[in-house]
Amino acid sequence: MSDLDQFRAQTREWLDANCPASQRLPVMEFEDKCWGGTQWRFVSADQKNWLDVMAARGWTAPDWPAEYGGGGLNKEETKILREEMYRIDARPPLFSMGLSMIGPALLQYGSEELKRQHIPNIVKGKIWWCQGYSEPNFGSDLAGLQTRCEDKDDHFLVNGQKVWTSYAERADWMFCLVRTDPDAVKHAGISLVLFDMTTPGVSTSPIKLISGNSPFCETFLDNVRVEKDQLVGNINQGWELASYLLTHERAMIGNMGHTAASEKSLHQHAIDVAGGLENGQLGDTALRTEIAQWEIDILAFELTQERIDDETKAGTGTGATSSMLKYAGTELNKQRFELLTDIHGQAGLAWEGEAFDNGLLASQWLRTKGNSIEGGTSEIQLNIISKRILGLGQKG
Amino acid sequence: MALVLNEEQNMLKESAQGFLSEHAPVAQLRQLRDERSELGYDKATWQQMVELGWSGILVPEAHGGLEFGHVGMGQVMEENGRTLTASPLLSTAVLAASAINSAGTEAQKKALLPALVDGSLLLAVALDEGPKYHPSLVKTSAMASGEGYVLNGEKQFVCDGHIADKLIVSARTSGDAGDEQGISLFIIDSATPGVEIERVYLADSRNSSMVRLSNVELGADALLGEKDGGASLITYLAAVANVHLSAELLGMSQEVFERTVQYMKERSQYGALIGSYQGLQHRAAHMFSEIELAKSVVIKALQALDENAAKLSLLASVCKAKVSEVVTLVTNEGVQLHGGIGMTDELDIGFFMKRARVAEQQFGDRRYHVQRFASLQSY
Repeated sequence: MSDLDQFRAQTREWLDANCPASQRLPVMEFEDKCWGGTQWRFVSADQKNWLDVMAARGWTAPDWPAEYGGGGLNKEETKILREEMYRIDARPPLFSMGLSMIGPALLQYGSEELKRQHIPNIVKGKIWWCQGYSEPNFGSDLAGLQTRCEDKDDHFLVNGQKVWTSYAERADWMFCLVRTDPDAVKHAGISLVLFDMTTPGVSTSPIKLISGNSPFCETFLDNVRVEKDQLVGNINQGWELASYLLTHERAMIGNMGHTAASEKSLHQHAIDVAGGLENGQLGDTALRTEIAQWEIDILAFELTQERIDDETKAGTGTGATSSMLKYAGTELNKQRFELLTDIHGQAGLAWEGEAFDNGLLASQWLRTKGNSIEGGTSEIQLNIISKRILGLGQKG
Repeated sequence: MALVLNEEQNMLKESAQGFLSEHAPVAQLRQLRDERSELGYDKATWQQMVELGWSGILVPEAHGGLEFGHVGMGQVMEENGRTLTASPLLSTAVLAASAINSAGTEAQKKALLPALVDGSLLLAVALDEGPKYHPSLVKTSAMASGEGYVLNGEKQFVCDGHIADKLIVSARTSGDAGDEQGISLFIIDSATPGVEIERVYLADSRNSSMVRLSNVELGADALLGEKDGGASLITYLAAVANVHLSAELLGMSQEVFERTVQYMKERSQYGALIGSYQGLQHRAAHMFSEIELAKSVVIKALQALDENAAKLSLLASVCKAKVSEVVTLVTNEGVQLHGGIGMTDELDIGFFMKRARVAEQQFGDRRYHVQRFASLQSY
């Protein structure tokens, strides 16, 4: 047996023994995904236990270095772990911007002290991180951001306003883009700093969305003191880090198009809701066609993720494809929920009531509208493809 | 299997690209059309393709071939899409080779495959009896007669029929038109009395023909595969055809896209390159994204052919449906973004659009495969 086969066998055995049955069920509600942090209330002992046993092995961040608490697995082992978790429908034990965004940036750009301070806590799910990027007047044009960060010798002083901060009211720490050089060309005067959300001067206010939920906040920063050692990378290097982080974010959001094995297929929804088939076919032939087209597209999308991954491993990738995946994946996810609500008719638009899962589908449908806005709009992704990949120039 | 080419496959792709762009660019097809070439392809170019080994890519070594597989052949087809090279490659080296190799008797393989590989034997596959792909709608009859059969009927839109030495024809040995069972395949020498082949000209300037069969007498050894059970061979052949047509269509999509983006960097209006206008940039970027999706379904389906995967039929439909959608988009946008010049015969773009539409129709168009995908998934 090769080392990898042995690793697979051991992993399978360990997962079978340690992943609670409840953590193999489809994620139905927000709380089913564990986000960690000091404010997190575990919905069950299983959820906490699953996080703890996985974190103890560093398997919440399987490919991060073991010296900072990560799993220390190589690429092949990481892939095997994912496949084995997928095989038993195991939920990821932890979702967080720590894992998907600031962690990778710290590993790449952070000082040794910053890594030792933050990485182990991210792996264990002890800190909920939120992102301070967009500002009221700087969304797509992120590099124009105006939140000021002044050098006060022994500390920084931050003043400004952030918007679209995910779950800011529950978050423990923020990674925040700030302007450190107001005179530089806009991309050149930005830095990335970290601070505790309980620091005096930090306040938040939720934003109610069309889905009825408030996953995002406005965050006000009023004379917030930030320690000097909480600067990530160098002063005015923030845009490079932000671009690095956005690539991670795009990959994550684009991946939402991916249908988990445990999720019911669109055509199964249609069969169940429409009350079966007529002569082996969906009675609504126009719907049948639209579902088939979507299922062909999502398969093409998943194969493209796989192909780009394989090309990267083989060193033949053309790069800059995260924008393409983000664009295609989010547009497909929006289409999926348009079709799902169509399939369920007015019941799919129910807003409350136990009979209708308390309006879950309607709120999910509305939430997907943000997929092609957050992390850079679809139009921004098309701009990036045009300019960076196709070499189509600016006007004039 | 990783969705990337191995070193040998990459080398084949590069050598095909080099050969075709030098010896058989779009200008060759234009010339064949303008001269109203009798053969509809350039014999010398085909002979060079044979020397490069392309006619034997799908043929086992035991029968003189290279046994290089579908992923390799797919790269050659993709490059042929970029140059629109007219040749018997699809009809002979892809379809007939696959049919004989998968269903032929040892005697048939010995008699036909080496000649197919050395370029001396051209074949055409004749399944359609109407303008749309409908493989069970076979009215052509094959009545038992003595030891053999007598065939009567008409096969339509037969690719390369008029240049083929032999035809592989579907005919009904039992049942009625529309039945899946009761169809058999026969190998017919084109010179057999009662075989009449009339060339037809389609928009793509490639070879097509009508084949009339009047009391064509065949021996028992003309049967290819199982009597009455031709449906499974036809399903397999359709998968082969659709995946390789998709590879060709992918090559066309990429070529048209690259030429269009290049034009956007050269053409100025209102004092600026048209490629600097965001309205056009986004259309180009959308095409880029769609072509990336098309690339993935093609390589996956080619690998499924080599592995004879259980999902082959499904993946072939996914492939043809997606790539047809993409090539329709890209050729239409290619003409539109070129503006007036895109409407002229002088520009090559129109050749791509015309070839694309014919290839889309062969072995089922986008809608056919979308519906088939749903049926195969039991909804």
